[in-house]
Amino acid sequence: MTCEEAEVLLHALIDGELDAGHAREVEAHVANCPRCAAQLAAFRDLQRSLRGEDLGFAAPASLRSRIERAMPQPAAIAPSRRAVLGSFALGGAASALAAASVAFVVLRQDHVQDHDRAILSEAMSAHLRSLQADHLTDVLSSDQHTVKPWFNGRLDVAPPVIDLTAQGFTLIGGRLDFIDGKPVAAIVYRRRVHIINLFVAQGLGAASGPRSDTVQGFNVRRWSDQGLNLLAISDLAPEELEEFQTKFEAASRANKTG
Amino acid sequence: MAYEGQSMDAAKVQRFRAAALPYLDDVYTLARYLLRNSSDAEDAAQECYLRAFRHFETFRGGAIKPWLLAILRNVCRAEFARRVALPVMEAEAEEASQAVWDGQDSPETETARRLDGETARRLIAQLPDQFRETIVLREINDLSYREIADVIGAPVGTVMSRLARARLLLRKAWFEEERGSS
Repeated sequence: MTCEEAEVLLHALIDGELDAGHAREVEAHVANCPRCAAQLAAFRDLQRSLRGEDLGFAAPASLRSRIERAMPQPAAIAPSRRAVLGSFALGGAASALAAASVAFVVLRQDHVQDHDRAILSEAMSAHLRSLQADHLTDVLSSDQHTVKPWFNGRLDVAPPVIDLTAQGFTLIGGRLDFIDGKPVAAIVYRRRVHIINLFVAQGLGAASGPRSDTVQGFNVRRWSDQGLNLLAISDLAPEELEEFQTKFEAASRANKTG
Repeated sequence: MAYEGQSMDAAKVQRFRAAALPYLDDVYTLARYLLRNSSDAEDAAQECYLRAFRHFETFRGGAIKPWLLAILRNVCRAEFARRVALPVMEAEAEEASQAVWDGQDSPETETARRLDGETARRLIAQLPDQFRETIVLREINDLSYREIADVIGAPVGTVMSRLARARLLLRKAWFEEERGSS
């Protein structure tokens, strides 16, 4: 590798854009070239400096409301909220009709199960996307007091964000994701080398007690808390995911009473 | 059924808000760096969201942030760049392309002090347009090379060489700053 090539590629190296083979080539060149080594060190230093500062600009609240006002008005949004409530009401209606019409209930159950499978498979896709697309978090922080406010204004609900580092599940950050066409909070934890995505929203199914599922090798644990549905997905073993749920709920209760 | 049209609209608004509004800070940030002025940046960001909403049907999934930033960049170029004297830009770019590494060949001799945020913003703002947008998209908007290439409509190779140039210029400016202040 020549210095001319290395001078450009070392930027790709510090940006994590090089495949392993090219990364090794650049590193080999740098190991034998003081001039390129000095540049690599200098640009790493520059990148660290830039990234260590918050160089973004927060959009003024007035701009946010100008944009909101320019869109069709919130009055028009009411029907879709009703539609969400409607689907809950339907679930109730289905069970009330259970005694009256077996055939109807079978259909209804199929429908509910289809919807349930759809949610599980979307949760799995969202989980996979988060692992592959280098978009695990929108807000990267192990501090629950940073992650929680980040969701303000981005969601209709305030998701519980709980640091479980002491319990063996490290909070990494949060992200906005979509499941079943609705925005959901994704709270990201790490257990050893395993990533857990915890999706929080209304209407993610599992209205009854906690339950476990498996989708294409991933384990899912679902439970509800005060009208919110929580869905944890990971390649962790089912027992560990249950442990996550137990500790999450315990810490959540402690937060509320404390 | 009478509400169908309206509820489709409502669903669209809902989807758009949920997908696009979280990136308002990113859009506004790029606008600030491209236009170097807060009220122009606000106008550009608003125009960007109007256009994005109007063309939301044409958004075919994937990451929405680069899509929004590409629209923002077009808005800035079309609506606001006319005021920038083009010959000056070209002269700046020409001068910038002549810049070469003139640092020491040994990292130990360079004990750079911390670059504070205010200085960093000012030094970035002084970069010629094409290098400024590339470094902002990379280091502040946190886009990948592929995404930057899509936003600026240039090949990845161009992104790489502009980024290399942008960092070289920034580092020079930073050192001159330090030399001046010490």
